[in-house]
Parts: sequence; C-alpha cells; structure tokens
Amino acid sequence: MNRREFIQLLATAAASGAVLNSRSALAGEATGFYDLPAFGNVSLMHMTDCHAQLLPIYFREPNINIGVGAAKGQPPHLVGEHFLRYYGLRPGTKEAYALTCLDFRAAAQRYGKVGGFAHLKTLVDQVRASRPGSLLLDGGDTWQGSATALWSKAQDMVDASKLLGVDVMTAHWEFTYGADRVTEIINKDLTGHIDFIAQNVTTKDFGDPVFKPWVIKSINGVQVAIIGQAFPYVPISHPRYLVPDWQFGIQEEGLQTHVNTVRAKGAQIVVLLSHNGMDVDLKLASRVTGIDVIFGGHTHDGVPRPVPVKNASGTTLVTNAGSNGKFLGVMDFDVRNGKLQDWRYRLMPVFSNLLPADPNMTSWINTMRVPFSSQLSQPLAGTESLLYRRDNFIGSFDQVIMDALMKVKNAEISFSPGFRWGTSLLPGDTITMEHLMDQTAITYPTTTLIEMRGDTIKSIMEDVCDNLFNPDPYLQQGGDMIRVGGMHYSINPNAPSGQRISDMTLHGKPISPTKIYKVAGWAPMAEGATGAPIWDVVSEYLLDVKTVNLRHINEPKLLGVGNNPGLEIHC
Amino acid sequence: MNISRRTFFSKAGSMVAMLGLLSATRNAFAGWNASAFGAKTVPDVLKDLGNLTLVESPDIILMAPDIAEDGSVVPIEVTSSIPNTQRIDIIAEQNPNPLAASFRFSNGALPFIGTKIKMGKTANVRAIVIADGKAWTAAKMIKVTAGGCGG
Repeated sequence: MNRREFIQLLATAAASGAVLNSRSALAGEATGFYDLPAFGNVSLMHMTDCHAQLLPIYFREPNINIGVGAAKGQPPHLVGEHFLRYYGLRPGTKEAYALTCLDFRAAAQRYGKVGGFAHLKTLVDQVRASRPGSLLLDGGDTWQGSATALWSKAQDMVDASKLLGVDVMTAHWEFTYGADRVTEIINKDLTGHIDFIAQNVTTKDFGDPVFKPWVIKSINGVQVAIIGQAFPYVPISHPRYLVPDWQFGIQEEGLQTHVNTVRAKGAQIVVLLSHNGMDVDLKLASRVTGIDVIFGGHTHDGVPRPVPVKNASGTTLVTNAGSNGKFLGVMDFDVRNGKLQDWRYRLMPVFSNLLPADPNMTSWINTMRVPFSSQLSQPLAGTESLLYRRDNFIGSFDQVIMDALMKVKNAEISFSPGFRWGTSLLPGDTITMEHLMDQTAITYPTTTLIEMRGDTIKSIMEDVCDNLFNPDPYLQQGGDMIRVGGMHYSINPNAPSGQRISDMTLHGKPISPTKIYKVAGWAPMAEGATGAPIWDVVSEYLLDVKTVNLRHINEPKLLGVGNNPGLEIHC
Repeated sequence: MNISRRTFFSKAGSMVAMLGLLSATRNAFAGWNASAFGAKTVPDVLKDLGNLTLVESPDIILMAPDIAEDGSVVPIEVTSSIPNTQRIDIIAEQNPNPLAASFRFSNGALPFIGTKIKMGKTANVRAIVIADGKAWTAAKMIKVTAGGCGG
C-alpha cells in the first residue's frame, strides 16, 4: 500500500463510518497525521517493549518518573505538564494523551485505544512504501507480557513479529523463557527472517559470544551496521537458573571494538539497538565513540525528540520509543559522500482508531487466540477505579495485587516487583483473566510467604531503591521501586545509598528492626520456591470482591523532590 | 566454542588442578602471607603486605562488572604495564578479610591475571601492583545487589 492508497483507505473508512465514525474526535484529524514526508536515503523504523500486546490497549504513562543527580529535569525524567512544556505540546491533544498521564480517563475515552499489531502493521507498511529499503528494528521485550505469549512459550509473538516484518531484534524478557527456548526459536523460527543480535552476551566459562554481535545491511547502496545490546542485567533481575551459562553486562570495551570493526568494514551508519534503558544509553553515548544513533528501550520512555550526546569523536543521538506498541520511531538519514549529512526523526503514536487494521494480521491474531478464548475472556471483577501500573513507586493495579496477596496469603505486608509493563483499564471496565495476565504473565510466577525481620525489609527496599535512584546510571537497572502493601514509608530519592527509606510504619506503629513480620510476595529469584502462581491468588481475590473500588493507593511519602519535573500532581 | 574444546579444557583443567595441589603444598604455600590474608581491615592488610604506601597508576587496567551478576563469583581481570611487575594483589575493601588474592610473577611472566572473588556487599575492589619495591594501585566500585526486576 503506498501513501496515496493509504490516505484513500482512511477517507473511505471515514466516509463509510466503518472505522472512524464513532470517534469524531479523531476523524477530522486523520488525514495528514501519518503523512510523513520522506527524507534522505536511509530509513530505520524502531519499535520496542511491546510486551506481547497484539491487540489495541490503554496504557497510562507515569505521573512520577524522578530523575536524580544530573538526570533531574532532563529527558526522560519529565512527566505531565512538565513534559508538555519541554516539548511544546498542547494539553488535550492526542499527542498529550499518548505521551502523558494528564486527564487520562477522559482522553482515553476521546481518543481510544493505542497499539495493536494489526494497526502497527498498517503503519509499518505505509512507511515501507514511502521509504523503499527501510528496515524494522525491534529492541526486545516482545515475547513476554501477555497470556498468549506465556501459554505459547512466545510462539505467538515470534510468528507475529515475522508477519509484521521485523528485520533485526535484541532482547531482555525473551531470556526468561530459558536459554534452551531462546536458542530453539532462533534456530527454528528466526534464521533467515530476523537477525537476533547481542554483543554483550557471552559464555560464562570462556567469554565466547553467544549471539551475532552485529549485522551490516545495505540500504539503497549505503552500508548500515546494527549492533545489538541486550539488557545488561538479565541474571540479576531474573532468576539465574534461566540462563545458567551466559554472562551479560554493559561491556563498553567490547562495544567500542565492534564499532571500530564495522566502521573498518565500510559501515557509513552505525546504530546501536539497545535494551540498556535510557539513562544508561545517555551515559554510554558520552563514552563510546562512532555510533550515530542509539535506538533505546527498556525504560518505556516515549521520547519525541532524540537527545544529542557529545563524545570524544562526535555526537550520538539517543532515542527511546515507549512501550506496549504505542509508538513507532521513524528515523530518516541523509547519507551522501560516505557521511551522514542530516536526519529527521518522528515518534509516531499508534492510534488504533486512526490506522485501519491490516486484514491479514487481524485474521492471524484472531485465529491464534481461538484455543485460548474462553480462558482469556473469563470475567473476574468489575472496576470503578482507573487501573494502571506505571509510576516510580506504585500503580493502582499493583495495589490490587498487593491487597490480594495480603488477603489470600494472610500476610501483614506484601511486595510486588516494580515492573513497567502492564496495561491500563478504565473505570467501568470488566477485569478479565487476560487483563490480569497482562500484569502477571511471567515464567517464575510463584507466590511466597516469608517471615522477615524489620531490618531485612528495610535492606531489601534500600537495595531496590538504589537500583532506581543511584546517581550513576551504570548502577541502575531500569525498573521501578518495589511495590509495598500494608506498610507505609517515606523515601528521599536524593539521599545516599542505604539512607533513602525512613518512617516505616505498620498500622501506625514503627517497624521494629528485630521484630518478625509476615511478608507475601511473588516472582522469587531462587529456584525451587513453591506456592500458587500469582494469577491464581489475584483471581481468587477478584472473584471474591466482585468490584474493585480503590479508596487509597499506598504511595510513599516523598521527601526532597517537591520541585522535581519528574513529579506531576495533576494526574 | 565447540563442545570438544570445552570438554578438553574441563578435563585439562582438572588435571592441572591435581598437579597444582601437589606442587602447591611444597612450594606456593611456603610464601603464604597468613597474617595479610587474615587481616580484617584494609590498613591492616597494607601493613601486613609490607607497610605499603599506594600511588594511583593509570598503567593498571582493572576490568570488572559494574554490577556483579553473582556476588559469590565476581570476575576480575588485572593487567599491569608497569615495568618489572613482581606481584598483583586484589583487595575487596568491604570483605571480612579484604585481601582476596595475591599473584607473583617471575622470569618475565606477563603481568596479567583473571580470577573470581567473593563479595558480600557493594565495595571498592582494588588492584595493587608491586614493581621495583613500589606499590601502585587502581580501584573500581562493584555493586552487589539482591536483584529483582523492573522493566
């Protein structure tokens, strides 16, 4: 489909009312929004962190994403109105809906769902039609995040990625299916279709590369090198037994060697397809030379403009393309005389009411879901509250999970991991099993009930907190703070390591360092834990309560960040 | 890395380990600095290693992860380009016994070592190079974390 046909299709759809008529807010804005004038001679599309969301969803961006040290007030640590001001966006627009949490409920009703592979496919094909030779790069976190991905051991996402036309990918949660499954998929499904690249994964014994570190592609006669950077902390963030023989890490020296190698082989453009997280990418860009652009993911930051970072030999652009299929990044390069002359970048929100669904992809998704349909659609409860996860400290869906853990497992305190994936539900929606799996579908879902001393609870919280707020990005892991149920606490993100958490209380009484508390949690790092999977615990709770109506979310008291642009009180 | 090479090395490794044990009891342990390895603070270690005064040197390359994947086996590599390097010591400053390893180089052996050390918590790891009676040093902070994920 070329651009003209695409616009005609939109017009037809609008006229017939098939797609757009009920969405009057968008109908008038359809024409032109996806009309990207072509530029230059080398184009790369970038998607990342779709977390296996094949269908359109709601996804509320964070109201708290605090930057500490040099990152304070800088992208990506801007939320809400601070975000709009920085990027010159108007409130109430569909861009503000896609990129911020402002007025989310009303905006979601007005502009509809985002993402969905059938709609993304239409956009990808349109970009390909206007930019011959362009490639689609996938930054990873593609195979995990939904019921069907978990139940099919990622097969649905592997097949969908091939249908979408992904050319090159790197990985993070992909590794949680285990080293054997990753190897099997690469050998059986990806070979000849998708290059799976990662320069920073080696064998533990001899340090041999496990995957291809890079590929060089010829685009309209220009040699383009794409180097892969998998998530550097897989065996720390996830159970070690899943990848027993592989080591990770940022591996700057190895990366510099690969950049020099591909340049020596004639690459005129060098790209890093990264799952480092944006803060790590910004630091890396200042230290490793010879990279033109880092296409980043992991931290789920929808960043409209690339951040230029100076280093010893030039400037590297750093992007981040959000999550859950909400965005497609389109980078156009003008390469002449063997050099990059100029570039254009657009972060395109995928509005499912604006982009017609690709019929082949729709039909494939529907067929794939048939065997699972009764489980997926099982209703668990209604909700009168807006349910979401994304926030530095707690989301409303996390509150439901922690309430369920405390109730079902009879615990005083509960912990839930600070994941950044998990879709949103609007007040009035029915929570189905599929929605619950969107928050919980992992390969190590065991729930636990542990007796813990007060000082142990504090040290765990300080440890996770340092992975989020250490001023050195290389010592961060890119997740959010561990979610805490039952217990209140205060937090000062700018305090030194080990001193950020204070005022821990349970039912108004201070937590005693030496007293034992019953703590429920899930997603244990150790092998051999026994307990019901988290979705069983939460579904039991939801079937019991019937309707979710959250009167209180256990947001900690924030200290020392009153004027931080990573904090939006109007969400 | 093919399987046969890996199998070969693992077998060869166990042979070397056995031979090493035999020779170690006779030779290497003769020079074992028991007091330095038993010392509980960094100043005591430096005292027991010979009243060392350390000078920072850019000619020592200390390679180690920013965040340890497993605190019980943290990979450390040290390369010295200081002439006449005779010894490389490794100190994990927050360990109960900070001195983790000591390597001696003789007959022109290249001063490069790779080893794995155990760390209980986040700390500076310090390489000390002894050359011509002087003590040079380089350090890197290594984070040890309980783990768990976000993104």
